[in-house]
Amino acid sequence: MAGTSFAGEPKFLDLLFSRRAVPVALAIFVLILTLCVFAGFIAPSDPDRMSVRSRLTPPGADFWLGADAFGRDVLSRLLYAGRVSLGIGLGVALISSVIGIAIGLSAGFFKRLDGALSRLIDAMMAFPDILLAIALVSILGGSMVNVIIALSIVYAPRIARIVRASTLVIRELPYVEAARALGSSTLSIMFNHVLRNILSPIIVQGTFIFAYAMLAEAGLSFLGVGVDPSTPTWGTMINEGRQYIDQAAFLIFIPGIAISVSVLSLQLIGDGLRDAMDPRLAKEL
Amino acid sequence: MPYYLFRRFVGMLVVILMVLTIAFVIVRLAPGDPAALMLGPEATVEDAAELRVRLGLDRPILIQYLSFAAAAFQGDLGTSIFFNQPVTSILAARAEPTIFLSLFSLTFALLIATPIGIYAAYRRGSFADQSAISIAMLAASVPSFWTGLMFQRYLATELGWFPAAGYGEPGADFLERMRHLILPSIVLGIVNSALILRFTRASMLDILGEDYIRTARSKGMGERRVVLRHALKNAAIPIITVIGLTFALLVSGAVVTERVFNIPGMGNLVVSAVLRRDYPVIQGTLIVVATLYVVINLITDLLYLLVDKRVKY
Repeated sequence: MAGTSFAGEPKFLDLLFSRRAVPVALAIFVLILTLCVFAGFIAPSDPDRMSVRSRLTPPGADFWLGADAFGRDVLSRLLYAGRVSLGIGLGVALISSVIGIAIGLSAGFFKRLDGALSRLIDAMMAFPDILLAIALVSILGGSMVNVIIALSIVYAPRIARIVRASTLVIRELPYVEAARALGSSTLSIMFNHVLRNILSPIIVQGTFIFAYAMLAEAGLSFLGVGVDPSTPTWGTMINEGRQYIDQAAFLIFIPGIAISVSVLSLQLIGDGLRDAMDPRLAKEL
Repeated sequence: MPYYLFRRFVGMLVVILMVLTIAFVIVRLAPGDPAALMLGPEATVEDAAELRVRLGLDRPILIQYLSFAAAAFQGDLGTSIFFNQPVTSILAARAEPTIFLSLFSLTFALLIATPIGIYAAYRRGSFADQSAISIAMLAASVPSFWTGLMFQRYLATELGWFPAAGYGEPGADFLERMRHLILPSIVLGIVNSALILRFTRASMLDILGEDYIRTARSKGMGERRVVLRHALKNAAIPIITVIGLTFALLVSGAVVTERVFNIPGMGNLVVSAVLRRDYPVIQGTLIVVATLYVVINLITDLLYLLVDKRVKY
């Protein structure tokens, strides 16, 4: 696997950047992340400050990206909302990975659990993501934490399936047998020998889940079953702007661009990581 | 072969049973009394108690589960709280727009994505190939409801090329109803075409590198014939798989798209059910859609047998 050993590191970066779109996507994503994380310093005004006089002002000198129906600055709201949207994406990517790793490792390692867990994964993946997510949020209640929990449950089977498949291959390799012969415990083999060697597909899939979760969050907010409408996210901004689509289409256009650009760069980064971490491809180059 | 079919069929039943279990569990994850939740804050204690009895929530959980699963296997998915009608008949009444929306968008996606995917693979690395991949990736990154809103605003409201929303006046004839599905199908088709394009391109690339393609070329066979006859025929298998897989994407997209264009389909129904806390409808929709997904994927797997004679089970 490229990138784990010290000597392999520069090669990994070369591989990662061998596609021109990848460094560009990475730069754009880091820029968006920085702008949103430091929204408190960068945003030109308080995202909740209303001003009736500036209602639905189009983008211009006073409001760079315009003002919404309450006269709130769209740029400031966009930056603060980005924090929540990106936070949900990252949270879902991390939590679904942890759940997926636990299920996938158990299924791949313990033959007795495999049948039941594999069927569970199949059944979970039979539910379309938005449908399962809205059902879960409707039961758990709409809040940021519950949206993260619901989407993590939705995406965990994708990680679990990959982890299980990789575990099945790795556990038959001679070095795992050697570790067992040396008296390593099952847990130690699972984490030190198996998990370490299947991290790359998990990272790649995690990047894609980050992207899908952002799209799903926006979809949930649009349907009115996402986070509390008073919390600005890119999805709730589109939903709020919907009523004014004929007079002020920019209210929908701008957060839509923010979501699309973030998701596109994440997907490009994910593709780049996959190519760089795929040992077959690495050998060819 | 018969053994394989039998095993696959049993496996499918197990997954469907699991789907039922998950749908059963989800509704019971609700903190507190589901009956009180469904009725909302204005309900009295007596109302909640009555609904609990009506839904069978007063019985032991195992009994509840067994009677739920037994009923579901007989096609009874419970009764809607809001409509006070069987969930299956409510779903059936909303199925037409969703089925046609899905069919049209899948057709649209296949019509644009397969030829472009084949061409992109054939001209690997060219400007056309790079643009095709980039556009596909962009299409997969844009929220479908956002595309829907934008198309609705500019193509329907402003230019008047399509009906802006709805499913025709009540009693509208079939063609009029279908006319209302054109724009939503394009929106949903764009999202799905991204996945199909990438899949087609990838499987064509694999096949164009095979020895028998080189042989066909060296025999002096025309390029058109090599690509269409030899390569496409073999690329058909992965393309069939992707149709099965896009089903989930199609349904997710339909939920949102029906909401944008206010189409009275199953997607719109389930969102309204969520807002009304009509749990039997949510549960029923989950079961129907997931079961369809499992069945469709079994069918696409079996189509392998027909398309590729080498695949033996």
